Amino acid sequence: MTAWSAEILKRHGLTGEEYARIERVLGRVPSWPELGVFSVLWSEHCSYKSSRVHLRRLPVRGRLVIQGPGENAGVIDAGEGHTVIFKMESHNHPSFIEPKQGAATGVGGILRDVFTMGARPIALLDALRFGDPAHPRMAHLVKGVVHGVGSYGNCVGVPTVGGDVVFDPCYDGNILVNAMAVGVARADRIFLGRAEGVGNPVFYVGSKTGRDGIHGATMASEEFGAQSEEKRPNVQVGDPFIEKLLIEACLEVMSEDLLVGIQDMGAAGLTSSSAEMAARSGSGIVLHLDRVPMRETGMTPYELLLSESQERMLMVCARGREARLIELVSRWGLDVCEIGVVTDSGHFVGTWHGETVVDIPVSALVDDAPKYERPMAPPPPSPPLDLDAFPQAAGGDWTPTLSGLLSRPSLASKRWVYRQYDHMVRTGTVIRPGEGDAAVVRLPETPRGVAISVGCNGRMCALSPRRGASMAVAEAAVNVACVGARPAAITDCLNFASPERPAVMWAFSEAIDGLALACEALDTPVVSGNVSFYNETEGRGIHPTPMVGLVGLMPEAARAVGLAFPEAGLDVLLLGRVRPALAGSEYAAAVGAPLCGDAPELDLGAVSGLVEVLLALHAEGLVASAHDVAEGGLAVALAECTFGDAAVGLNAAAPEHAERADEALFGEGTGRVIVSTRDRAAVERLCLGSGVPVWPLGRTGGQRLKITLAGRSVVDAAVADLRESWATGFAGAIE
Amino acid sequence: MRFAVISFPGSNCDDDCVRVVHEVLGHEAYKVRHDVHELARPDVVLVPGGFSFGDYLRCGAIARFSPVMTDVAAFAGRGGPVVGICNGFQILTEAGLLPGALRRNVGLSFICEDRHVAVEGRSTPLTHGLRGAVLRIPIAHNEGNYTADEETLARLEGEGRVVFRYVGPDGRRSPEANPNGAASDIAGICNEQGNVVGLMPHPERCAEPLLGNTDGRRLFEALLTAADGGMR
Repeated sequence: MTAWSAEILKRHGLTGEEYARIERVLGRVPSWPELGVFSVLWSEHCSYKSSRVHLRRLPVRGRLVIQGPGENAGVIDAGEGHTVIFKMESHNHPSFIEPKQGAATGVGGILRDVFTMGARPIALLDALRFGDPAHPRMAHLVKGVVHGVGSYGNCVGVPTVGGDVVFDPCYDGNILVNAMAVGVARADRIFLGRAEGVGNPVFYVGSKTGRDGIHGATMASEEFGAQSEEKRPNVQVGDPFIEKLLIEACLEVMSEDLLVGIQDMGAAGLTSSSAEMAARSGSGIVLHLDRVPMRETGMTPYELLLSESQERMLMVCARGREARLIELVSRWGLDVCEIGVVTDSGHFVGTWHGETVVDIPVSALVDDAPKYERPMAPPPPSPPLDLDAFPQAAGGDWTPTLSGLLSRPSLASKRWVYRQYDHMVRTGTVIRPGEGDAAVVRLPETPRGVAISVGCNGRMCALSPRRGASMAVAEAAVNVACVGARPAAITDCLNFASPERPAVMWAFSEAIDGLALACEALDTPVVSGNVSFYNETEGRGIHPTPMVGLVGLMPEAARAVGLAFPEAGLDVLLLGRVRPALAGSEYAAAVGAPLCGDAPELDLGAVSGLVEVLLALHAEGLVASAHDVAEGGLAVALAECTFGDAAVGLNAAAPEHAERADEALFGEGTGRVIVSTRDRAAVERLCLGSGVPVWPLGRTGGQRLKITLAGRSVVDAAVADLRESWATGFAGAIE
Repeated sequence: MRFAVISFPGSNCDDDCVRVVHEVLGHEAYKVRHDVHELARPDVVLVPGGFSFGDYLRCGAIARFSPVMTDVAAFAGRGGPVVGICNGFQILTEAGLLPGALRRNVGLSFICEDRHVAVEGRSTPLTHGLRGAVLRIPIAHNEGNYTADEETLARLEGEGRVVFRYVGPDGRRSPEANPNGAASDIAGICNEQGNVVGLMPHPERCAEPLLGNTDGRRLFEALLTAADGGMR
């Protein structure tokens, strides 16, 4: 006989077994606020209960790693006392229900994860996944999400420098909004989420607490049903102006020796921030909930503990420095209030006007949270892709096919999106959105650069979660090497359907192994990340989408290279060799082929060699432009190289590494880069010495893109015409 | 040369302005908080971009009541050069230091991209010696649609007080060259005396080679010459 009804437990996302565990660790029936605390901290979103057993297989250590997973964000060494701090996080569920606020608060949350470590945020990126553009809700979702990202990032004054946007019907019922923030701090000014020092006061800083976002973490831990719209009240509302003040106030506070620890109140708000801080330090904490600044009257301890009101921080102040903390924060017009104290009791205690309403061992909340080894089962093998069913080009002319592909919203120019984002504020953006394979921002106070790339090909992950996940890392590494930076470390955002389905759990486990393989091969450890399960609606899940955000470092930001051919008369070479395949390709999706067959081969050793040779070429100043061949294959990548300001064309002879023209032109496979150079011989020499295959594509010039295959013309178009399809495709699909 | 950069809660281009003046041009720049009455004897006052007080009301409508604005007005009244960039331009119109207002862009969305402006009209501290130049400068705003009544517009034109106008790369005006619907393609204006200038584009974002464009530096250099007395 339980004290709380099955209905109440269900609303809290707790199973009967989990509830029994709560009674066991407490030795009694939990109070109403205690039940709320357990429900959020034991939710999938906060506890990683289905993923923890797998996540430990990820490589997290490396030469540059200062702080790996477990803190608010990862930290890498950028040399000479500088660090780069970054993390990516999902805000999928709220963004589907309320796209503008969902996306905006996703940006706000990830920024707080970064500046809570003491970092000045210098860049934001967003990896977005939408469903079929023709889906009745999709235009609304796209516009809302882009507006939300823009309105928050623009106001808060952090440039949104990159990202990617992909459309696939698997996201019809569950869009993905993965936001990544990158910041910088001095290595000796990094702050951690610790509640240390018995007697140190606990301060609440930032916005007042309202009733918004209660049970947001629980919502993010369930699949959607037909009534998901009813969850709108669970979505938080953001205020970027307050966030801006909070950034400045926190950085000012952190410039003096006032704090012992600090953590933002993200998912599960006050509860998770305080419990996690105490857990990391093995301490205890008492919160006087009646002292929490409240937005409205009549709020209960339960609501205060679970609210996910935005723009709030929890700080543990060094005793004796309270007055200075209050003075600094007050100058920014923010609430600052002592609400509790660090203890050595090992308990998370909440009081309400002197009466104890919550008293739970911290270890029970965090360390003893359920951990599941969920059953896994591979799906039945995918049938081979029927290449005979693919169309043939009339008269062997693939120009219309290429033009059509370029206008598909996943491949078309994303200018419609990034034009709405301030991508230049803070005057550090060296490679702007659309200009290069990765964004490049300057490392403040140095000539160095930070390159960032985000992405993941969900279709490839659906065909092979292991290879697809490896491809996501490999491709991001190649992107970063294309602009001239050495890949350093990654953050990940693992978006999957329900972990309660064995096929999903199998894919998750495979993806972890794929990430681990690639991270080992490319020497890019995982320093932070996030898991988002239950991206599923009425039994239909998304493709496995382990999004990767990779950060690279370069000695001179001024030497960063774009993707477009800068002038006529350059030699164009294809570096790397893969066997291009149509399975999982954008072209296969465009012709309506079923998603089946084998994902393209991936040789991580070859990718690593390609990265190294690119860096060697950059060091010698031999690269005029570099562009990775990805979605859409070689023909699409070549076309993109002609879309720069110079609008210079190319006569290209495509390599004959494929049996069919469609494979040669549109087949995909990670590990090829188009390089233009003024010194072909030197490039060939370096590649030869490194064992990286080179294929001479042709020479830039004229205003047409011509591609021949085995001496036959297969594409011949005015650059301006192709560019028009590419430039208008996105707006055409959603306006 | 001393540049005071006004910092309101929500200003987010104040550091950028300080950086350009200090790191790129090698002159002194310092931030002045919104809630003080001390400009500390600057030669130039910059009112930077951002979202002052969140701009949840009309842009700049709250910032104009900040204590420091009375000092900015007094400095302008004494003939001191005052330049408002983006939100700074909006604040100067709200404060009555410049005529007209900046409404929502006609396309109803925020726009961040490079745009070309022609420098024209009377000489100002910011545009001194640059008349006729076509500059490529980024814009980043949601409310850059300049508007004023017919009489004001006629006066601005008649007195040569339209100092920046959106044009194409070739220097010609066209509907496509105007990003936000601004009346008469106006990107920037000055006051009657010419010492207060407001513009929507961000010259501080294109003042060093690393960012791929140094057109903005020419405006800052003009400002230095003017403040040094070179304009008179």
